[in-house]
Amino acid sequence: MSDDHVYLSLAEEHDDGDARWAFGTGFEDPLHGVDTSLPAGVDAAELAACCLALGDDALVSAQRLAEWTTRAPELEEEVALANIGLDLLGQARLLYARCGQVDGTGRDEDAYAYFRDAGDFRNVRLAELPNGDFAFSMVRLLVLSSWRLAHFGRLSASPDPVLAAVAAKGVKELAYHRQYAAEWVVRLGDGTEESHRRTRAALTRVLPYIGELFTAHDAREEVVAVLRQVTEAAGLALPAWRPLAGAGRDGDHTEHLAPLLAELQSVARAHPGATW
Amino acid sequence: MVTVLTGVRRARHVAEQVPDPELPMLTLADLGVLRGVGIAPDGTVVAELTPTYSGCPAMAEMRAEVAARLRAAGYERVEVRTVLDPPWTTDWITAAGRRKLAEHGIAPPGPAPRPASGPVPLVLSATRRAVPCPRCGSADTQETSRFGATSCKALWRCRACREPFEYVKEI
Ligand SMILES: [Zn+2]
Repeated sequence: MSDDHVYLSLAEEHDDGDARWAFGTGFEDPLHGVDTSLPAGVDAAELAACCLALGDDALVSAQRLAEWTTRAPELEEEVALANIGLDLLGQARLLYARCGQVDGTGRDEDAYAYFRDAGDFRNVRLAELPNGDFAFSMVRLLVLSSWRLAHFGRLSASPDPVLAAVAAKGVKELAYHRQYAAEWVVRLGDGTEESHRRTRAALTRVLPYIGELFTAHDAREEVVAVLRQVTEAAGLALPAWRPLAGAGRDGDHTEHLAPLLAELQSVARAHPGATW
Repeated sequence: MVTVLTGVRRARHVAEQVPDPELPMLTLADLGVLRGVGIAPDGTVVAELTPTYSGCPAMAEMRAEVAARLRAAGYERVEVRTVLDPPWTTDWITAAGRRKLAEHGIAPPGPAPRPASGPVPLVLSATRRAVPCPRCGSADTQETSRFGATSCKALWRCRACREPFEYVKEI
C-alpha cells in the first residue's frame, strides 16, 4: 500500500486477492473477532428482537437520509446527511450481526437487510415516511436522534456486552446527529415566515408518530423535554398531538416502506451473492 | 523468553506502522485504533483494532492491511480482532498524531466530551472551543459544516488567511 496517497493504494493489486471496500464489496462480519458468547441470564429472544428493531430503525433511516444526496439545499448539508446515514448504517450492520448470533438462525447482516419483506421489518413508522421537505426531514431527525440517543444511553448498561458496546459507541455519534437536527430546527423555525410555517407543519405531521416510540423504554419525558426545549428556541409551540394507532414494532407499516425496501433490495435480489 | 518478547515487540512495531486509509499521514498507532498486539502460545500474532465510527468503511481495509503487513514480515499465522469496548475516542490520538495532523493542515481535536449516558442536556449556544487555523494559527475561524469528507472530520474556514481547513472533531 502506498503510504502517500490513499486512492492510489486502493487501486493497487493485492497479492492476497482480497476485495477492497472502496469497490463496494468484500464486507466482512462487522463483529469479526469480537467475543460473541451470550452471558448467562440474558434472554436470547429478547436481545435478538431488540437488536433487530434498532437495526431496522437505523437501516430505514439511513436509506431515507441517502435519498437527500444530490437533492439537499447545499453541498454541506448533503455531506452531513450522508455522514449521519453512514453512522446509522454502521450501527445497523453491528446490530444485525448480533441479532444473527443470538436469534438461532445464524443469518448474516445481508440476510436481514436484503432478504426480508416489509412485514418482517420492525422499524418505527416515523423512520419510513418519505423525506418531504427539508423541514420535515430535520424535525424527524431531531425526534429520532433524540429518542435513539436516550435509548442507547440506557443500553450502554445492557447485560449483553456486545449490545452495550454498540450502544456506547452509538451514543457519541447520535449526540452529533441530534445537535445537527436541533440547530436546523431552530434556524428554520426562527427563520423566514415560510420556513417557520413549514417547520410547524412538519411538527404537526411528525408528532402523531411518536406514540409508538415509547412502548419499549421510559425515555419519553427525556425526549419530550428536548423537543420542548428546541421548539421553544425555534419560536414554535409544541402542538398537542393524538397518537396514531398501530406500531411498526408489531410489523404494521405505512404504504411507504415496501417501495423503499424494493429500491434497497433490488440488486441483491436480482443477483444474489454477486460481487464486483 | 527474550526471543518471545522481541517477537511481540517486532510484531507490534509492524502493526503500528500501518497507515490509516482515511488519514494516511497517521499510523494506526497515532490514531489510537490499535488496541493491542500479542502472540498466542501457538505462535499466532493477534492484533486488536477498534473502529473509529460504527459505519467506518475503512475498518475492513485496516484489518486487511494489518494482516498483510504482518504476513509480509514473516508471521505466518495472523489474526486481527475487532474490539468494541471501550469505544474509540479522539483522546487516543497521540501527541505525534496531533502534530502530524496539524502539519498536514488538519486541525487536531480538543478534549473529547464526557460520555453521555442517560439524560443529556442539549446545548444550542456556540460554546464550542475556538479551533485555531492549522495554516496561520489565527483564532478567527468558523465552522462551515459539522460533517466533512469522512466521518471523523468537520469543515472549517479561517477568516484571517481565507483558507478552508478540516478539523478532526472530538468524539
Ligand atoms: Zn488561517
